[in-house]
Amino acid sequence: MTETLAFSSEAMKKYEWLLTRYPTRQAALLPTLRIAESEFGELGVPQMRYVADLMEIPPALVFGVVTFYTHYRRAGVGTYHLQVCSTLSCALRGAGDVVQRITERLGIGTGETSECGLFTLSKVECLGSCDTAPVIQCNDDYHEGLSLEDVDALIQQLRDEAGKGSA
Amino acid sequence: MSFRKIFTQHIHEEKCHSLSFYQKNGGYEQARKSLHDWQPDDLIETVKAANLRGRGGAGFPTGVKWGFVPKNTDKPKYLAVNADESEPGTFKDRLIMEKNPHLLLEGIIICCKAVGIHHAYIYIRGEFVFAANRLQNAIDRAYSEGILGENCLGSDFTLDVTLHRGAGAYICGEETGMLSSLEGDRGQPKLKPPFPAVEGLFGCPTVVNNVETLANLPYILEIGAEAYGKIGPEKSPGPKLFCVSGHVEKPGVFELPMGISLRTLIDEHAGGVWKGRKLKAVIPGGSSAHVLRADECDVDMDIESLAAAGTMLGSAGVIVMDETTCMVDALLNIMRFYHHESCGQCTPCREGTGWLEKIAHRIAIGEGRMEDMDLVTEVCDRMVGKTICALADAAAFPAESIVNKFREDFVAAIENGGSPAWIKRHPASTGGAATHV
Repeated sequence: MTETLAFSSEAMKKYEWLLTRYPTRQAALLPTLRIAESEFGELGVPQMRYVADLMEIPPALVFGVVTFYTHYRRAGVGTYHLQVCSTLSCALRGAGDVVQRITERLGIGTGETSECGLFTLSKVECLGSCDTAPVIQCNDDYHEGLSLEDVDALIQQLRDEAGKGSA
Repeated sequence: MSFRKIFTQHIHEEKCHSLSFYQKNGGYEQARKSLHDWQPDDLIETVKAANLRGRGGAGFPTGVKWGFVPKNTDKPKYLAVNADESEPGTFKDRLIMEKNPHLLLEGIIICCKAVGIHHAYIYIRGEFVFAANRLQNAIDRAYSEGILGENCLGSDFTLDVTLHRGAGAYICGEETGMLSSLEGDRGQPKLKPPFPAVEGLFGCPTVVNNVETLANLPYILEIGAEAYGKIGPEKSPGPKLFCVSGHVEKPGVFELPMGISLRTLIDEHAGGVWKGRKLKAVIPGGSSAHVLRADECDVDMDIESLAAAGTMLGSAGVIVMDETTCMVDALLNIMRFYHHESCGQCTPCREGTGWLEKIAHRIAIGEGRMEDMDLVTEVCDRMVGKTICALADAAAFPAESIVNKFREDFVAAIENGGSPAWIKRHPASTGGAATHV
């Protein structure tokens, strides 16, 4: 399976540029994983192996790094990763209700992915946007100051975007 | 001298982040002067004289930190800019990076000239995708206009700046954890000494400064150390970004002189406690700080005043809680955070944060015992000062202060079968519930 994975030439160019920015090869690991994430859509075992081979660093080290951090897109995550900030400032302003609303609307609990594969729900720690609590990070984008109606609208918008219509 | 905003003056202008806007308002003039006219030692002495204190949390004097870097060394020196902004309740550096990225870059140039650094890495937390894009665009523009790279601003100084994205880990805001992460490893802190100034990134002398700290530098050069030192209290002067969140009418970032009163900050700038309710508790400096009761909030927001009040300015992340807040739930939330974020290297932290979460949890769900309150203090005593980095302390400080200052909430939860929120969700429960929150 590993043989079928490869960076595009554009991604390879980016990777080679990265290597010029650091005095050691390993220092480029975190940004290279970002390239892999966007090239392959997720970081599962084959993708991690590819990066290890490419960078000539031990696979165990790559696995250790990927699993230490929470923000890499791991295998099996839905098209839209709904990451609800649950730390204190958001909790004080209704993050718990936001999580409950998503659970009601999508029928998934924390850490679960909807059957259609569109949504994964996660509780995450402080997103650094406490003044606009409660906050959801969906993939790369922040959705801030959410009312429960905003949560419904967001889900609808994402469904429309995915072209699957409303369930 | 009237107070002038330096970070947020123009943030409501649409193009405030652009290079042309920045330069039209005098941007890069101080960097130019530092490169052409200033001697490195004079820059360090000026920043020392201004008494600029680090804005990331520890409040260490910036010029003194720079002075620790060896002058004569064969090794390259680095600047690692801490833009991880992971302390709960803190969202000020994000504002600088999104709205005023060139101010940060100008501060970086001044620092690098002072210490003789030719490569700066900006470590930005992975979640801040928008801020990272803004900052990368600003860096690219600065390179193409000759502000960065070889012959910076027409001088003989070379400076490279590389933006490095983190990937979601609170501990990477700790300086040595951040360096581990920059080196491509798990973000595990390292024992000090050696301190980063002597042996930091890639084993080389490294300055680690926070975004807001660096963004102060152009202003210090512009008005001089003496005038800067007169803004706010003598021992920790300067303009400061205060973040207010939680139960207030108008949460936000407020730029004010250091030493503003906490009451004024909450009541006047953040619109007061929301919904006409009464104040119950305030965390003044990010969730790692000791909590203050409402009757302890007549205090000034500067390093010395808050230390005298038994807490800390930290990252100036002010979290306000109103009278309806159950402090058992607040404790559980904060302890879950630290347990989740402990890197696991040191036993007192890995186990201690887990125990604190467990104890808070069982009190919240009606399985608590009266001895649990003392047990929290006992666990905290075994954590503080016993680990490689300060994460264990950061968990213990709020834990012991919440339990000891709000004992009535804990007694009520233990006697009544859980926190009010738990009882509301489980009306039949009288304690001993098997299900978990």
